[in-house]
Amino acid sequence: MSAVLTHFNYVAVIVLMMGGLYILLSTGNLVRRMIGLAIFQTSTGLFYISLGKVSGGTAAITLDAVSAEGQALAARAGAEQVARYGVEGVIYSNPLPHVLILTAIVVGVATLAVGLAIAVRLREAYGTIETDEIQALDRVLTAAGQVEPAP
Amino acid sequence: MADALFWAGGGLAAAGALLALIGALGVLRFPDVYTRIHAASITDTGGATLMILGLCLISGLSLVTLKLVLVWVFIMLTSPAAANALANAAYSAGHTPWIGSFRIMQDNRKGGSR
Amino acid sequence: MTGYIPGFDANLALDAILLVMLVVIVAAIAATHRMLSAVILMGLYSLVSAVWLVVMDAADVAFTEAVVGAGVSTIVLLGAILLTRGAAAKVSGRRRFLPAVLALGVGAILIYATLDLPDFGDPASPANAYVGRAYLEATGNDMGIPNVVTAVLSSYRGFDTLGETVVIFAAAIGVAIMLGFGERAMADRTIEPLAGGPADHHVVLRVAAKLLIPIIALYAFYVQFHGDLGPGGGFQAGVILAVAVILHALVFGLKDTMAAVKPKFARGVAALGVLLYAGIGVTCIVNGGGFLDYDHLFPRHIEAQIPDWILGPADPAHPHHWGQHFGIMAIELGVLFTVAATMVTIFYGFAGRSMEAPQPGAPRSGAA
Repeated sequence: MSAVLTHFNYVAVIVLMMGGLYILLSTGNLVRRMIGLAIFQTSTGLFYISLGKVSGGTAAITLDAVSAEGQALAARAGAEQVARYGVEGVIYSNPLPHVLILTAIVVGVATLAVGLAIAVRLREAYGTIETDEIQALDRVLTAAGQVEPAP
Repeated sequence: MADALFWAGGGLAAAGALLALIGALGVLRFPDVYTRIHAASITDTGGATLMILGLCLISGLSLVTLKLVLVWVFIMLTSPAAANALANAAYSAGHTPWIGSFRIMQDNRKGGSR
Repeated sequence: MTGYIPGFDANLALDAILLVMLVVIVAAIAATHRMLSAVILMGLYSLVSAVWLVVMDAADVAFTEAVVGAGVSTIVLLGAILLTRGAAAKVSGRRRFLPAVLALGVGAILIYATLDLPDFGDPASPANAYVGRAYLEATGNDMGIPNVVTAVLSSYRGFDTLGETVVIFAAAIGVAIMLGFGERAMADRTIEPLAGGPADHHVVLRVAAKLLIPIIALYAFYVQFHGDLGPGGGFQAGVILAVAVILHALVFGLKDTMAAVKPKFARGVAALGVLLYAGIGVTCIVNGGGFLDYDHLFPRHIEAQIPDWILGPADPAHPHHWGQHFGIMAIELGVLFTVAATMVTIFYGFAGRSMEAPQPGAPRSGAA
């Protein structure tokens, strides 16, 4: 039971990640692929955040241990835990994964936009964003001598 | 006193959650766009208002309460506008209300049968 | 490992419920063929994961995910499906089989690998006990700002964040190269807004937006300058500011927005942000420190001139770290500029493309 409880987060995040991978691979539609990729990317972030969570901790914004919030947190976590893992009397979650993922999310949407822009241009050039149809069209055009064959 | 406020606030928040659940059920069960918007707006107005009121009671008189009130004002500004935009889009797209369009209702009243 | 097993509390229950919701949403995205449904579900996925991130104490990340995921990325995806039109082709069972097997196989291997990971929430795990704790312990003395996430983001790992900012700027260039800046849409005189006409159905929306846009912009600046003290900072504020501009474009029409925030202005600001960030770094070098070493941001004699009333009187135990305070504020401002202007530029690219109405359909090479 405890193994289920202690690793549930990791398993759930991996299920999300594989969901993204499946969406990515099971379709030829480029926009749908970008959606799958975005899910994959976000779930990686969720995994990092899961690793950085500390039981009984709070957000990594330092607060006074003697304030009401500090007292409430300490009461919830227990004196022994606070003494062992707290920083100046308060337990915080790990801020480092938060930093990494915060920037990754914004970079993620910027790169998503680049990918979608490529899909838009492909649609304008080929009239479709299904990879199969694009490849078929390429073959036809190459056979007709309208475009140079790919190197 | 603080305990009473906590429980009162918790009760209000729970009531708000219940309203949100009813709203969600309505979105799933109602027959057409317009009635679904109606159900969803219960979540926005009733549910959110009760929850924020409950949280205000729990937090007492502090900066948090002021922020909660601001959140409430923001919801009251956005959610009716969003519901209006949704209904507008549905109307423009030619969705007929489940009970029939206004003209059909008038015709029915004249004809007396439906 | 210390054998530390987290108790089953309300937080953990909430965590489990939200993760299950996320899994259901991803399953729904995998099941649908309608692109619009998939995009809306993506927005929902972002909102639910933002709530989950709050439960995980990642307030800053939740903030970012809520604004980026439900705001900008949904709009960019909507623009893309508008320009590419149509549902995804139905894929045959055979073509679904291999990806499913692959995903299941990789998933099984990864889940097997997690058995070696420290327990969820273990405070003694290597990641939490050493490097994360070191940042938490050092920030108070090094910088004197409460938000450790901001401290790590903009000072300890400032070089990394500069890299991220440049990547975002590069993405803006990439989108602009492929889709243009959307300026031709503004030159196109045939697109007239419907305001006031009999076909104007958007009066309510317009009034609400008029009320909201200044509040959203003001809130962006609150998030920006409150980033040292609470959740917030340049990334979140930049996206919020961009959302204010995008909302204006959605309600009042692209042309009016482009008259107010010119595409030329947007791309200039994007470049200015990166320049400001890197310029702060170089200033630190000039004044005798390393790149982005804010303690050397001001020369000593100038630092001595800074009046104490800004932060209250200093005492030997808690010096003021003026360089850190001003350095972090300045580079966050650079991030704000770049992120906001990039998001606006990307939006202009997609929206301008759809207004030009290139009418995708026939292949350009005329091979019909």
